[in-house]
Amino acid sequence: MAATLSLNVNGAPHSVEVDDPEMPLLYALRNDLGLKGPRFGCGLAQCGACTVHVDGKAVRSCVYPSSQAAGKKITTLEGLGTPDKPHPVQKAFIDEQAAQCGYCINGMIMEAAALLATNKRPSEDQIKEALAGNLCRCGTHVRIVRAVKRASGQA
Amino acid sequence: MLAIELPRRTFLKSAGALVVTFTIVPALAASPAGAKSVAKDQVDGFVAIDAQGNVKIFSGKVDLGTGVQTAIAQIAAEELSVPLAKVEVIQGDTALTPDQGATWGSLSIQAGGVQVRQACATAREALLDMGAKKLGAARGDLSVKDGKIQAAGGKGVSYGDLVGGRQFELKLDPKAPMKDPSQYTIVGKPVPRLDIPGKVTGTFTYMQDFKVDGMLEARVVRPKALKATLVSLDDKAAKAIPGYVATVRKGSFVAAVAKNEWAAIRAADAMKPAWSDWAGLPEKAKLWDHVRNTKVAKDEALQTAGDSKAAMKGAAKTLAATYDFAIHTHGSIGPSCAVADFKDGKLTIWTASQATHSLRKQVARMMSLQPEDVRCIYVEGAGCYGRNGHEDAAADAALISKEVGKPVRVQWSRADEHGWDPKGPPTLLDLRGGLDAAGKVVAWESSVFIPDKPKPYDVTLVAAELAGLPKDAAFPGNIHQGMAIPYTFPNIAATAHWLVETPFKPSWIRTPGRMQNTFANESFIDELAAAAGVDPIEFRRRNLNDPRGLELLDRLVKLADWKPRNGRPSPSGDVAKGRGVSYIKYELKRTYVGAVADVTVNRKTGKVKVDRFFVAHDCGQIINPDGLKNQIEGNVVQTVSRTLLEELQFDRSMVTSLDWASYPILTFPDMPDVVIDLIDRPKEVPWGAGEPTAAVVPSAVANAVFDATGARLRSVPITPDKVLAGSKGI
Repeated sequence: MAATLSLNVNGAPHSVEVDDPEMPLLYALRNDLGLKGPRFGCGLAQCGACTVHVDGKAVRSCVYPSSQAAGKKITTLEGLGTPDKPHPVQKAFIDEQAAQCGYCINGMIMEAAALLATNKRPSEDQIKEALAGNLCRCGTHVRIVRAVKRASGQA
Repeated sequence: MLAIELPRRTFLKSAGALVVTFTIVPALAASPAGAKSVAKDQVDGFVAIDAQGNVKIFSGKVDLGTGVQTAIAQIAAEELSVPLAKVEVIQGDTALTPDQGATWGSLSIQAGGVQVRQACATAREALLDMGAKKLGAARGDLSVKDGKIQAAGGKGVSYGDLVGGRQFELKLDPKAPMKDPSQYTIVGKPVPRLDIPGKVTGTFTYMQDFKVDGMLEARVVRPKALKATLVSLDDKAAKAIPGYVATVRKGSFVAAVAKNEWAAIRAADAMKPAWSDWAGLPEKAKLWDHVRNTKVAKDEALQTAGDSKAAMKGAAKTLAATYDFAIHTHGSIGPSCAVADFKDGKLTIWTASQATHSLRKQVARMMSLQPEDVRCIYVEGAGCYGRNGHEDAAADAALISKEVGKPVRVQWSRADEHGWDPKGPPTLLDLRGGLDAAGKVVAWESSVFIPDKPKPYDVTLVAAELAGLPKDAAFPGNIHQGMAIPYTFPNIAATAHWLVETPFKPSWIRTPGRMQNTFANESFIDELAAAAGVDPIEFRRRNLNDPRGLELLDRLVKLADWKPRNGRPSPSGDVAKGRGVSYIKYELKRTYVGAVADVTVNRKTGKVKVDRFFVAHDCGQIINPDGLKNQIEGNVVQTVSRTLLEELQFDRSMVTSLDWASYPILTFPDMPDVVIDLIDRPKEVPWGAGEPTAAVVPSAVANAVFDATGARLRSVPITPDKVLAGSKGI
């Protein structure tokens, strides 16, 4: 009953054995592929900590069935950049020191990167709207908005 | 004197040490002579320097996402005069770090950092002595830079050459000379946090990412009511889930164990337990009656001056008001998680606990082990903001690992976290004030209804309760703090009514008690100022005899461009704007904070939006100004969320706000701007900053709502319905 799932993650093909096609993508990424960027926060698509890109769109991997991800292009936080070569959004978060515990930051960066891909110079209100479904408990909001502005060349 | 070799293994890189140190527990336990010192009065407890001059700092205080690790590294690098990059901080490992107490109370820098500084100063002095001997130079002719001791115009020797790999075997000297702050190059600078690059690129290992070989995954099946007991359990369907390994049942503690996380989740869902009925919670609509009518264990006078009773009688005008602050949850974004391995009578726990040393004792008690047979190793998790569920997840994992004989990871669900983490207790306060004919305060009386502290330090472990194992009495934290006020009123009586019980297991949430009590105190000061017709900042000034506090208020007035208000708002139109002020000297003995909140109130819908917060902050010597601002901003935003939105929902049996939809927190469109003025005092001692700002937020908001609408909001959260009800007739 286990099925083999072909996933394209961060530009590389992977095969994952799954017992349950409904298993959310998050578990395949974290447990089968050992990725640490996407995080478990609620399992209810309410907080955004698990956000990844599927074909360029920000999705909540905690409720996205892994079987639906087959054949699609998945990008995680690790696929954006590395500590040595960070993506412009990651670099802006470092420059603005926009993290406290940082648990939510994966979602903030993935959501912001998806926003900036379609809206290169969003207004402050547009940034806040885009991140309205992403929760941060440490209260890093002020810095996160500044970082997204910086990433869009507005700071 | 430096004869004993420091075990090489303690120099393993800490990133790898998460896994590597796992294997050395028996070795450490087997050879106590070679074990690393964890003594608080020994330099070796805190500092080790290897042959390459790399410095390891062993800190019992841990980074809960507040930047403490970076700040401690700055303190150590500064005091030792080594580059920051040479310093690594090992945190909260009961086998390696001294017990510096839990990471709470805004004490990591103030207490923990100062101990590290003393250890480093003692080490540096010893190194200078050694250097003088080795170089044949006088102490006075030596200078230190980048871990190298240099004789004037002559040779030099590095720390690594002097002590590399050996212990200091020195008592920590609290009087060791500290570096003059005018010489600082690292402390006081906005050094970028060491953890952020890893956190924004997915290379950082959180507790939730941590794994050991051969580890199984487990989920606990929670009772349907808080104190329900297990009647029967049918696990047939769970057994059919691919990957299922075992069912653990101990008393009313039930868990599904599986080969992988998703199988554990499915198996837990497939369990069919039958629970007893339990409906012992009070009716939520009558919560405050319940609190007021709860039996008082004892009354305690928290602050007394003069004779408030007599003065109140003689007052020209008296005011009385009752305030309440709802039950809150910690609300970590990452639900609690832990890994435990019980093997050959020894238990190792990897945990995001803020208090690994006390968790060790507590779990040992629960499992009937000796504390020395338990090792707790800190791995950073999501921010906890007090004692949340991390310790409970650790106890769950310990219990299950012992039952199945394998390392086990327990990841709490969102409902576990919202439902089963201990809560900030409901807080009810009565305030009375008396003014003389000139508008001067002649009497102040306050009393708070809060759950008693049967025993210090431990919050009961959920696993111990469910499994019927030895347990501790719940401790709510020092929630009486903040009742004493900084003002010079001639007659004061502040009292705690310590209650025998509270509906939910109480715990400290960030700024415990200080946040709730200051809400009442600083709101009521505003009421007295308005009754006296005096500007609220001027009113506070008249009753302060503290130059540092007065200077802070001056800075706040300038920062916020505060214009005097007369306490008689005259709202008109649907949208009203207002500003409110609040002030605190934390616990009357440390950090000063003053804040002004600017709010917009929609008088038609009752919605309050906090537009901006101005914060003037004096915590003495600043270690890292950017880290400090990050903490202040976080305190403001988190506490605005608590002030406007948060309230635990429950029925007679159970918490019903089990997700973010039923327990909403502040989101981006409603976030305030935060404008900060830091008062740095490099020659003073460093005080804490993780909590104090939170204390002034609720009252500043409530006072601003009054300024906008004329309505006094005395109940947190300040929801639209309360604003509308309070505005009636104004």
